[in-house]
Amino acid sequence: MIRNLIFGGLLTSIFVIAALLSFVWTPFDHVILDIPSRLQTPNMTHLLGTDHFGRDILSLIMVGARTSIAVALVAVGIGMGLGIPLGLWAAARRGSLVDEIIMRGNDLVFAFPSLVIAILITAVFGAGAVNAIIAIGIFNIPVFARITRGAALSLWEREFILAARVAGKSAARISLEHILPNVTNLLIVQGTIQFSLGILAEAGLSYVGLGAQPPTPSWGRMLADAQTMVSIAPHMALMPGFAIICTVLGLNLMGDGLRDYLDPRLRVKRV
Amino acid sequence: MLRYTLKRLLSLLISLAIASLVIFAVIEIAPGDPASFMLGINAQPETLAALRSELGLDLSKTQRYIDWITGMLSGDFGTSYTYRTPVADMVTQRLWVSLPLALYALTLSTLIAFPAGIFAAARRGKAGDIGVMGATQLGVAIPNFWFAMMLVLLFAIKLRWFSAGGFVGWEKGLLAGLHSLTLPAIALALPQAAILARVMRSSLLDVLGEDFMRTARAKGLTARQALWRHGLRNAMIPVLTIIGLQFSFLLAGAIIIEQVFYLPGLGRLIFQSISARDLIVVESVTMLLVFAVIFVNFAVDLAYAVVDPRLRART
Amino acid sequence: MSLLSVQNLSLSIHGFNILHDVTFQISEGEIVAITGESGSGKSMTALATMQLLPQGATTSGRIMLGEDDITTLTEQRLCSIRGNDIGMVFQEPMTALNPVKTIGDQVAETIQVHERTSKADALDRAARTLERVGLPQSKFPLSRFPHELSGGQRQRVVIAMAIALRPRLLIADEPTTALDVTTQAQILTLLTKLAREDGMGLMMITHDLAVVAQMADRIIVMRNGDIVEQGNTLELLQNMQHPYTRMLFAASSHTVALPDNGASTALLEVKDVSRDYQTPRKTLFGRRGTYRAVNKVNFTLTRGERLGLVGESGCGKSTLTRALLGLEPVQEGTITLGGEPVFTGTKPNLAVRRRIQVVFQDPFGSFNPRHRVARQITEPFHLLDNPPTGTERQKAIDEALIAVGLTPADAQKYIHEFSGGQRQRIAIARALIIRPDLIVFDEAVSALDVSVRAQILDLLAELCAAYSLSYLFISHDLSVVRTITDRVLVMKSGEIVEQGQTEGVFTNPQHVYTKTLIEAAPVLPDIKGQTA
Repeated sequence: MIRNLIFGGLLTSIFVIAALLSFVWTPFDHVILDIPSRLQTPNMTHLLGTDHFGRDILSLIMVGARTSIAVALVAVGIGMGLGIPLGLWAAARRGSLVDEIIMRGNDLVFAFPSLVIAILITAVFGAGAVNAIIAIGIFNIPVFARITRGAALSLWEREFILAARVAGKSAARISLEHILPNVTNLLIVQGTIQFSLGILAEAGLSYVGLGAQPPTPSWGRMLADAQTMVSIAPHMALMPGFAIICTVLGLNLMGDGLRDYLDPRLRVKRV
Repeated sequence: MLRYTLKRLLSLLISLAIASLVIFAVIEIAPGDPASFMLGINAQPETLAALRSELGLDLSKTQRYIDWITGMLSGDFGTSYTYRTPVADMVTQRLWVSLPLALYALTLSTLIAFPAGIFAAARRGKAGDIGVMGATQLGVAIPNFWFAMMLVLLFAIKLRWFSAGGFVGWEKGLLAGLHSLTLPAIALALPQAAILARVMRSSLLDVLGEDFMRTARAKGLTARQALWRHGLRNAMIPVLTIIGLQFSFLLAGAIIIEQVFYLPGLGRLIFQSISARDLIVVESVTMLLVFAVIFVNFAVDLAYAVVDPRLRART
Repeated sequence: MSLLSVQNLSLSIHGFNILHDVTFQISEGEIVAITGESGSGKSMTALATMQLLPQGATTSGRIMLGEDDITTLTEQRLCSIRGNDIGMVFQEPMTALNPVKTIGDQVAETIQVHERTSKADALDRAARTLERVGLPQSKFPLSRFPHELSGGQRQRVVIAMAIALRPRLLIADEPTTALDVTTQAQILTLLTKLAREDGMGLMMITHDLAVVAQMADRIIVMRNGDIVEQGNTLELLQNMQHPYTRMLFAASSHTVALPDNGASTALLEVKDVSRDYQTPRKTLFGRRGTYRAVNKVNFTLTRGERLGLVGESGCGKSTLTRALLGLEPVQEGTITLGGEPVFTGTKPNLAVRRRIQVVFQDPFGSFNPRHRVARQITEPFHLLDNPPTGTERQKAIDEALIAVGLTPADAQKYIHEFSGGQRQRIAIARALIIRPDLIVFDEAVSALDVSVRAQILDLLAELCAAYSLSYLFISHDLSVVRTITDRVLVMKSGEIVEQGQTEGVFTNPQHVYTKTLIEAAPVLPDIKGQTA
């Protein structure tokens, strides 16, 4: 459905643009405390209100968008960069020891939720946004590896791959020339899904203090601050929450739309 | 069936072994000297030496690892440095909060998701389906801890049906305990239910397109009968995979949610230990969490074999 | 009054016209075959009779079952008719059964849906029905699961489910297309027997004209949603009215005359070749077993010779093919091409590999959907030390396309723009382009419609004349092999049980398996009315 794609794309773009824009301009400086202005509900000066330190929430959200998007994006990058080659390799060597090891490795990493990985890293190396990236990224690797391997396996059975083998092409060459282009669509869609999951994961990690540390603003951190104020200033919790929901929703809709958009086009019309 | 179970059991043990190695490597080896890490740079040499011998750091790494494993197998998870109590005791107490919470949430989530997914699949393309899909699309985008805050705002603060936090304890009775865990469980369950409902729906739709469904209709079954008698069981197979995978997210979610409700579960223990640099506690609790996930996946594997007879035949 | 009377049935799905004005009848105990090529609408006619049409289907016209017009009945009434008055058997036995339920339960379900009986009673009747279709309890207890049965056995279970309540009409939609020749013969015999015993009408849908001629009382020929001709089998075969019918039967029994290439030197020599597979462990720590897929196979193919290889599924021909192509190593024996081995150790020799090329079965699956034709047919260039570039390359592409009856302009198109027959031509172009010494045709015409198949066979004959081709033609279709090969090998259970001049083997088979195979294959009678 093109509607999904467009609507989702627009929604996501709003936050991407906000994040990029925040590098050059935000309505207010998000660092400076302005106690007299604290705890204002949304009004004409502060479109989304202010927090308990008087900081403009809209500015905080714009800057926070940077963190969420950057962390989620790099984590997807890690997942794809390592997961896809592993998946291709495992499928090319299906049934062998390499395949077995990669599969077991996947299962092992799946046993460590991002949170647990983040806990381990933080306990030893201290907290920070980089930890979040690594933790979420590591967990993304088996996701992409498993999906790539699954799709590649069914392609390896197809006759055009057999034709390439008869033409003497090596498994590596076939994986790059024939298999990868045919799984790209699937991976793009999965990429948007993992991106949206990454945003949720980052929010959770920074909420419990394992992600980006102050003064770097992050949506999760904002929610943690908002918690103590929730009865007197619910807008402090509502705004970052909506930001997360809208970004994730946008990405998911985009993913759905992409899946439908890419699919029927390439489906071979049977005579 | 026995062969299959044994093979899965072997897999479980190997996974546990490797996971323990990984955790050990990170905690005991990575920071260089765990003792100075825990005590900080201003530590007195005598305190350092005392901690070192207490932690057994003078022994070889292999020896320490073996000691740790054998300790865990006999129930000894070491002694917390900050609290000076056996980790096992602290963990058991907290486990009685976190584990029931995770299970409560899992139950709620499946109770909501299954009917919703089936309902949507049976009414594909019509209003009911679109409604469910819309709701789930929103549901998967909601961070559970934020949702928890909203629930607290509405049900605890405004309506006063539940308390805003804290756990009354099981001594006050099963119902009372469950009552304190209800809001957190709902907060956890709803986003999970959204994911599960979608998976249930798509799995069912896939099955509906299978040849044997057509055969069932050709025998004279109505569409509904075909769905219930033939479709569901086959659709369960991929759904089980997702439940297994989701459990790890559920556990992680439970730990985070405890922060919203100030529940005395594993979450609080772990985060306090991280701040206090109590590596012993961190090590044991992460091992426990990983064990829980691996075990649940083992259970799911066994459940597969119950549902799908094709798996029982193969080794 | 006839059992089934279809009157002016027209069907369209989402606006596309599928059937126009289809009219025919089936009487009690009569076997009527509906035949035609793909897209003729024969399957849709069957589905319309069951009212199991896909979403978006609109019909007009009447389908009378006895006194009722099926198209006007409620879904509830239709459910009581399906399985009870009309039974249906589908094409793919491997996926037609629910994998998680026992065969006993699935057959008993037909009974329980329509009659109020106890589970025990239903199972009892199920057992008897399974017995009728050739699956006695002693060998196939009710507790068996579908995955424990072969394709032919699964199809018998499907038939059992369909006839359990002795319906008045049985519809069989390509019930044997996915089965081996010998299994096919058994299933067809079973269906005929059931129809005669129960006085059941049988609507048999098949594209195989030999089956039609052998089995049906009446034939209905369809094309593009219309009935082109229908009539009593014997009369129709002797006196075909419509040119399409004549074309169809001519194409089915199409023969080609292969040019004589003369005796020559040995090209491919296969000596004592064996290939083993490892089977999964039986116990947790037991050893892995071995399964011998190919057992001491010996044969020679001379230059210019067209050699056939026939066998049913599981005989080892695909394994042998892969070994010949250098895709899988062999455990024993040697394969040499022109004296040089295909394998050195376990690694295939590229210099030898480039002299063998292959054409596969599936015209849809043998091409990468994302590449253009030019790229696809030049894939074998990878095997050459100095692949042609620039104008040389273009020339090679153009030549190859023209040789198979296409045009150079087709090189820039994508594969989905071509029909099945055209794609096979492209596949042949791909095989020819580096002028190999030997081409392997692996079920290359099996997936094609009868008329297209005839054209491809003609193409092969032309190419033989133009290029003095040597090839190995693998097929399960005996009539095709008979016309397109000089010599033939018959393979069973990993061994060559008979080999010899094609005509000789067909007219005077020596080995008992060859005899079974030939007898099982349905034969198209001579168009002039005399059976072959």
